[in-house]
Amino acid sequence: MRVLVLAKEDHQSEAAKPPTPEIMAEFQKFNEELVKAGVVLGDGRLYPSSQAKRLRFDGKKRTVIDGPFAETKELVAGYWLWQVRSIDEALEWLKRAPFDAGTYEIRQVFEFEGI
Amino acid sequence: MVSDLGTAEELAQDALVAALEQWPISGVPQKPGAWLMGTAKHRAIDLIRRRQTLERKYEEIGRDIEWAREGIDPDTTIDDDVVGDDLLGLIFMACHPVLARDARVALTLRVLGGLTTEEIARGFLVPVSTIAQRIVRAKRTLTEAHVRFEVPSGPERVERLASVLEVIYLIFNEGYSATAGENWVRPALCEDALRLGRILAELAPTEPEVHGLVALMEIQASRLRARVGPSGEPVLLLDQDRARWDPLLIRRGLAALERAGRLAGAMGLYALQAAIAACHARATTPAATDWPRIVALYDAVAQLAPSPVVELNRAVAVGMAFGPAAGLDLVDTLVAEPSLKAYHLLPAVRGDLLRKLSRSEEARAEFERAASLTENVVERKLLQRRAAECRAQEMSG
Repeated sequence: MRVLVLAKEDHQSEAAKPPTPEIMAEFQKFNEELVKAGVVLGDGRLYPSSQAKRLRFDGKKRTVIDGPFAETKELVAGYWLWQVRSIDEALEWLKRAPFDAGTYEIRQVFEFEGI
Repeated sequence: MVSDLGTAEELAQDALVAALEQWPISGVPQKPGAWLMGTAKHRAIDLIRRRQTLERKYEEIGRDIEWAREGIDPDTTIDDDVVGDDLLGLIFMACHPVLARDARVALTLRVLGGLTTEEIARGFLVPVSTIAQRIVRAKRTLTEAHVRFEVPSGPERVERLASVLEVIYLIFNEGYSATAGENWVRPALCEDALRLGRILAELAPTEPEVHGLVALMEIQASRLRARVGPSGEPVLLLDQDRARWDPLLIRRGLAALERAGRLAGAMGLYALQAAIAACHARATTPAATDWPRIVALYDAVAQLAPSPVVELNRAVAVGMAFGPAAGLDLVDTLVAEPSLKAYHLLPAVRGDLLRKLSRSEEARAEFERAASLTENVVERKLLQRRAAECRAQEMSG
């Protein structure tokens, strides 16, 4: 199955400055292990919400909302697309990530409908 | 005390198989990249013992060999590379040619894919006891044949790697077009095979055919969703809704094909097949397909591995590139081929070409024959439907 791992990093989500080289190196090492295990299908990091837009639909009406957005705890700072055998396997991998803050959410991707 | 070479190897091998079998039960081990550490140590110690035994033997025959110069320290040899090598060694062992094909498949899925015996049985629609026996027997065969736990090199590596790739592709294909049962595709098997392929590509990044196989599987898997119609019926390549192809897998497949191409040497069989699949993946509509290039690629495949099945595929491409009559000429030369006697795709292809040439009656007979030859229920229904379409055409024509 595929899962999307959403990084809700709290304070980090909105930090404009990039993480330190040490943190990056640790993260890259972890990411490499994931690649070697055939887990990573894709990934990406997102710019802070100050550069983001939201579009709200209400019937025929469309409202554009400019960032930054207030609810930082729910803001996604990055994502991974993983190939795993189960949610539990995804959890096992994620537990080993070198993070010390934030919330990471694992969501199964809907696929193969009707098969 | 380990006294002979064979025993040492058996021990190392049993320890590895045992360690790996714990994996699916206890989840992914705590330390990623080092989950074989304990057994790698075993192996290093065994290597030392083996070397000492050899040294003694060389001493006995009076030869002066400087073994000591390259002595191993078990603690320094255990790094990520060694763990990677162990994993690779295990893949080579599970796919050893001494084992029957279905035994290789079962052992690979169990030990490397981390599937339970029940899951494998479900995947291949056979009783759990059959798979359990297959695995037990496979392990016994490996022990009895004194299969060495190692990453082979030289000409042996080529041959052994071919067996590994074959096993992975067999698993993929059983998921991609199930040979038996109610379902036309079983995506879980495709996913398992793809993942094994991706792992192998990281373990053996300099092997072009590994990337070729990964490319082939990624591109074929990109069509999984489009290959099955609303009621589970197969949808053939040219009838598929290309918007349903998975662009992520296509992108990954094309990247893997490029990776294979960057490595030295002529294209191997998997890379060639991936290149054919890539021709379809790049075409946004069936009409945009580069059929002459596909014919050329099939020519190359036929040179490397001549077979009636390849000729049949080539005939299909020729029919698309240069017209159904040209394709039919080629197919007709294959009709007498004994190895294709029970191959349902021969009459299916012939029927298709005949139909394009408006020879509906002959086409119908071919589709009916094809339907009687396949064991897959949904595929049979598709062929029967095509026969019925021909009958309708006969009536109206």
